[in-house]
Amino acid sequence: MTISRREFMKWASAGAGMATLAGCVTGGSGSAGRVVVVGGGYGGATAAKFVKMWAPDIDVTLIETNDYFVSCPISNLVLGGNARMNQITFSYDGLRNRGIRVLKDNAIAMDGVNKQVTLASGGSVPYDRVIVSPGVDFMYEQIPGLNTADAQSRILHAWKAGPQTVALRKQLESMRDGGIYALQIPMAPYRCPPGPYERVCQVADYLKKSKPKSKILVLDANPDLVSKKGLFLAAWNDMYKGMIEYRPNSEIADVDVKGMTVKLQFEDVKADVINVVPAQRAADFAVRSGLITANNRWCGVDWTTCESTAVKGVHVLGDATLSATAMPKSGSMANQHAKICAAAVVALIKGQPVNTDTMMMNTCYSFVSGDSAMHVASVHRYDPAQKTLVPVKGSGGVSSEASTAEGAYAWGWARNIWAEALA
Amino acid sequence: MHRAMILLALLAAGNAWGQYAPAADPNYARNLASTCFTCHGTEGRSVDGVPPSLAGQNRDYLLKQLLEFRDGKRPATIMHQHAKGYTDQQLALIAGYFAAVTPGRAAAAPAVR
Repeated sequence: MTISRREFMKWASAGAGMATLAGCVTGGSGSAGRVVVVGGGYGGATAAKFVKMWAPDIDVTLIETNDYFVSCPISNLVLGGNARMNQITFSYDGLRNRGIRVLKDNAIAMDGVNKQVTLASGGSVPYDRVIVSPGVDFMYEQIPGLNTADAQSRILHAWKAGPQTVALRKQLESMRDGGIYALQIPMAPYRCPPGPYERVCQVADYLKKSKPKSKILVLDANPDLVSKKGLFLAAWNDMYKGMIEYRPNSEIADVDVKGMTVKLQFEDVKADVINVVPAQRAADFAVRSGLITANNRWCGVDWTTCESTAVKGVHVLGDATLSATAMPKSGSMANQHAKICAAAVVALIKGQPVNTDTMMMNTCYSFVSGDSAMHVASVHRYDPAQKTLVPVKGSGGVSSEASTAEGAYAWGWARNIWAEALA
Repeated sequence: MHRAMILLALLAAGNAWGQYAPAADPNYARNLASTCFTCHGTEGRSVDGVPPSLAGQNRDYLLKQLLEFRDGKRPATIMHQHAKGYTDQQLALIAGYFAAVTPGRAAAAPAVR
């Protein structure tokens, strides 16, 4: 790695790059190895924490473009007025306090040959192993009318929690009583299978209280509800009767931002607030790093280690991965990937045996109102014959009904999974 | 004779599986238990006690609860569905792991200053 004096001073004054540079110059700073984690979401932040916790002598650097962690889980409650942004926004100081170097920067790509990650600010960070948890980016190319920044600021996704969550809440607050909120859901797989249907419940909860003449139009590209169907339909037909119209097989062709119209294959649908969740793929970092292996969208991995099937020494986790059968793209799964990955990375760096009897479980809660929730759960085990994770027969399932007891468990889940990633 | 052949077949399968033997892996119980951390907190130390902390619980008590969840003897919202995903040996390792952790509550994720 070559670095100019000016760049060196910039890094040195920032303080963040010092140990990395020293390690690079001397060829080793006495640490057991260098792990770089790209992306500080549910996957990356948790992986960084567990590598450090299980091997304090490994240097861990987390590269994250945002100042703060904003949780997608619970963000639908912000739309419903049942939670506040400051309840789902957290600092990375907990990871810093553990001795993890948190670099606020935009990682451009990784170079698997020279084993370094290049940064938007210039320079690069060397690694022995890199953990890539980039999340998803949207396939806006499928919706021509949404290809400008202006269009994207009017027709929101709010599928990455943050400013878009706040903006969509404002649109709902500004909507007239008697207006129509339309939610467009992409074809599975997408991030958080039950998320759209939970969002419908949350918006319905708000409209029922504040604008009871309003309607919700669910335009689902899928032939049916993708997740917790019976439980969501029970909520819609019971608590929000007459408010919600569900239209399956409604794949989006385009939008007319000026006319506030969603163009489906055979009809146009007008609404007062249009919320389009575009189809998703592994984020740009994965594309630029040559990690995409499936359908031009997802990153294939070995599920015993989360090591990329495309590039050795690189581990990929979270929503960007090609999911195994019945594995949702969820924060809960990313948390589980992170620990499998951290255990494997530590073992590989230290020359210890790698666990190949991989177990993962998933727990996703959805709120149907301000305080009532239900879950879907599953357990997965690595099958060496099929070389992938498979659901354990007889395990998993959904709630018998939504309840306030599970609402309390859902908040407990959130507090613990946030602490897993960030405390 | 028959039993020996089964044993040989199992050993062969084990070899095909690689050199890895869970029983010999000092981190196997930790890795299993870490699947529970997601809801019950890192090392089984729950941030606000919901769902309950597992750290420092009595091993036999924990295992009994897990088996009762699995067998439908103890009512649950979700635990029966999780417990059915693990073998008896795995449940025993998980109970043993949490019994050996010092109890305490975990810190919450830090708020933005």
